[in-house]
Amino acid sequence: MKIDNQVTLEFPSRSANESFARTAAACFAAQLDPTLEEVNDIKTAVSEAVTNAIVHAYPDELGKILVKLRIREGRVLEIAVKDWGVGIADVDQARAPLFTTGSEERSGMGFTIMESFMDTLKVRSVPGKGTTVTMARKIARRAGR
Amino acid sequence: MPVTCREEERRLTAAVAGELDHHGARSVMEELDRRIDAARPRELTLDLGGLTFTDSSGIAVLLRTHRRMGQVQGAMRVVNAPVQAMRVFRAAGLERIIRFE
Repeated sequence: MKIDNQVTLEFPSRSANESFARTAAACFAAQLDPTLEEVNDIKTAVSEAVTNAIVHAYPDELGKILVKLRIREGRVLEIAVKDWGVGIADVDQARAPLFTTGSEERSGMGFTIMESFMDTLKVRSVPGKGTTVTMARKIARRAGR
Repeated sequence: MPVTCREEERRLTAAVAGELDHHGARSVMEELDRRIDAARPRELTLDLGGLTFTDSSGIAVLLRTHRRMGQVQGAMRVVNAPVQAMRVFRAAGLERIIRFE
């Protein structure tokens, strides 16, 4: 798999970094000349994945979150969000709409949003070891560019 | 996360502006709760015209506020929701539950 460009962000699981991560992802995606709708979809999906890591991976302490942004051959933007937190025992259950173990400000729709806004979504998790959410979206070449 | 409210004859208008994510969702929920408890409005209009970004945290805020208005037997409508927010709300099927104008 040919990688055209990549950047890795590392930050502690503070909720103030949700905004930083999605904005950084949007800036990185800009080199593919996406439409406003594509940028918004990417920002929203990154916001969901990073918020999940902040809220669920490290419930009682601050931990490390890694966001790896890559541009693969064929104008595919790939985003991996990795944590070393508590992990998810039942990934299928976690991905189901409305399922949440969070408090009232969580709607249980995070994975549903990621799935509908990105082309692919993979979740790999080992309880006690951590979780990696990998998602990708092809950015179409616009006519006249 | 600023919430600006206006009240007139038990009609409450609350405008939420800026970026509404998990980081700011709790304070917005608490502010809306306080305003609803104080005003006991017959109708709440949630004006999202100034919202520059939201994610599923916005879904949680809308559902909670909708439930709260049900408890005080008032109606709720959402106006001026931007395109980005509307895409998030539609993905969750919110337009089947909440009135958007």
